[in-house]
Amino acid sequence: MGSITQDVEANGERKDFFNISIATRDVYGETLAELGALNKDIVVLDADLSSSTKTKKFSRLFPDRFFNIGISEQDMICTASGLSLTGKIPFASTFAIFATGRAWEQVRQTVCYSNLNVKIVATHGGLTVGEDGASHQSLEDLALMRVLPNMTVIVPADGFETKQVIEEIVNYVGPVYVRLGRAKVPPVMPESYRFKIGKAYIFNVGLDVNIIASGIMVSMALNAAQELRTQGVDVGVVNMSTIKPLDTEALLMVAQKSKFIITAEEHSVIGGLGGAVSEFLSEVYPIKIKKVGVNDSFGLSGKPDELLEFFGLTNKRIVDMILKELS
Amino acid sequence: MVDFFQSRDINFLKEKARQVRVAILKMLTEAGSGHTGGSLSSADIVTALYFYKMRHKPNEPQWEQRDRFILSKGHAAPLLYAVLALSGYFDVELLKTLRKLHSPLQGHPSSKLLKGVEVSTGSLGQGLSIANGIALGLRLSKIKARVYCLLGDGEIQEGQVWEAAMTASHYSIDNLCAIVDLNDLQIDGRCSDVMKIDPVAKKWEAFGWHVFQINGHDLEEIVETLDSAEKIKVKPSVIIAKTVKGKGVSIFEDKVEYHGITPTLKELEIALKELGENG
Ligand SMILES: Cc1ncc(C[n+]2csc(CCOP(=O)(O)OP(=O)(O)O)c2C)c(N)n1
Ligand SMILES: [Mg+2]
Repeated sequence: MGSITQDVEANGERKDFFNISIATRDVYGETLAELGALNKDIVVLDADLSSSTKTKKFSRLFPDRFFNIGISEQDMICTASGLSLTGKIPFASTFAIFATGRAWEQVRQTVCYSNLNVKIVATHGGLTVGEDGASHQSLEDLALMRVLPNMTVIVPADGFETKQVIEEIVNYVGPVYVRLGRAKVPPVMPESYRFKIGKAYIFNVGLDVNIIASGIMVSMALNAAQELRTQGVDVGVVNMSTIKPLDTEALLMVAQKSKFIITAEEHSVIGGLGGAVSEFLSEVYPIKIKKVGVNDSFGLSGKPDELLEFFGLTNKRIVDMILKELS
Repeated sequence: MVDFFQSRDINFLKEKARQVRVAILKMLTEAGSGHTGGSLSSADIVTALYFYKMRHKPNEPQWEQRDRFILSKGHAAPLLYAVLALSGYFDVELLKTLRKLHSPLQGHPSSKLLKGVEVSTGSLGQGLSIANGIALGLRLSKIKARVYCLLGDGEIQEGQVWEAAMTASHYSIDNLCAIVDLNDLQIDGRCSDVMKIDPVAKKWEAFGWHVFQINGHDLEEIVETLDSAEKIKVKPSVIIAKTVKGKGVSIFEDKVEYHGITPTLKELEIALKELGENG
């Protein structure tokens, strides 16, 4: 496996997606194609969305290791399971809501119960799907996957992290769910960052409040923190990219320094990152937890930015929430 | 290729099928719960697979070249446990622990707990997709092994079965043989009353499969058909096996209520006598 620091093309252009704005699904497509050449055990399945999930590049390069299963997500998950039983490393991709919703019971009964080495890498998570509206936006996927025994759940925050996540899960044996997005996301992770399953990245620890964020909300949390600092608030930010297993050590450490905690995610406030953080801290270190996310409702059609604004997934909302708590 | 006794001799297979039925009835009576009818109806077919057709090594369950069996109708777990025990995957004494706390013999098969179980099943409708995936993986790895998948006739009401039927045909998966146990019973009654599945053979044909229709209790016909199915190329093949639910014990035969209840001690006695088993 090429280490990311060596991933520099001959012309000097970096291939590790450091410091660029890019959709995480695009990084997935590129990374998968690259890994396909290095590891012949990788097989890819899609359900008629390969141009959107970006598995198309892999399909062109390695047609005999790509299976379009058609619009049948349940069949796709179980076919991937069968492939894993012969030692292949299957990546199954479609939109997040179809992978985790339509095929939930297949993921439960076949992938997780038998503890199979299936990688479900779904794109179009959250509201930033945009114009397609509520039917295609997934605000429940993290809750649905997190509840399953044996499942690992990961939400990368930017392109640089996404590439590392995809590389890392090839070497991990067991079921994994990775949630990616449709829209471009700004870079947030520092060059020295190395992703490890179950390891949170602490940007800094705040003595007033710490924001535990995932996905696109990491960038918003960083912006909010910067703004709050100018007002004298001591804010910390944590990228909790692995939702399960949760980095409870990091979480407890920052909670113990905080007056309260904010969670921020592009998901329902029920059952996702906010749920996971609350479940853990309520037992070992009861502290006030405020959740930024979608409040128990379906999405809408609109531009990604308009939707984030309407549903309150913004820097400003985080800032206001924190100022209100501190006053 | 195998390290235990397998044969095409019909009398040998009949005797094995009889022993399998005896084991099923004993373990179910001991357990006090479980699925009697559907375990008995598939007994001849699965006996022919484990004691004649499939290349497998009971003392090396993960042998890479083995043929694979996927019990999509996972509620027939007692049948799978009986053939696994009788072919030597584990001690037959273990059959007595069926469904008991901490037994590897779960109510529905668990691949994490029991050697010889390829994948956990129990939720109907998923096995054929899994079998497709295994068959595709074997093909990619250039392993010549075959995959067998047993489905119930009620089970084929599940939409996913037909998704998988399309996939097998689309990818010309010919190292796969599906078997449908056509006993015309499910839980709530006859399939024709609950949700009509006819015409079964035409459906599979229309989905691009090579179809065999046989008597699922005629071991001669079963072994011949398993041999013929292996010669079908480019297409997947399906054996539609006409069976009688509860086959082998007249008081259970074709009775919908014996789907999910187990013999009483008295019934076990009658059943064993009928199967020529003393004691
Ligand atoms: C998805 C799912 N739904 C319902 C059940 C409950 N169930 C167990 S067996 C059965 C009937 C199966 O009938 P059939 O497939 O004909 O099996 P057989 O007659 O061979 O026992 C049902 C509905 C299940 N196991 N899985
Ligand atoms: Mg039936």
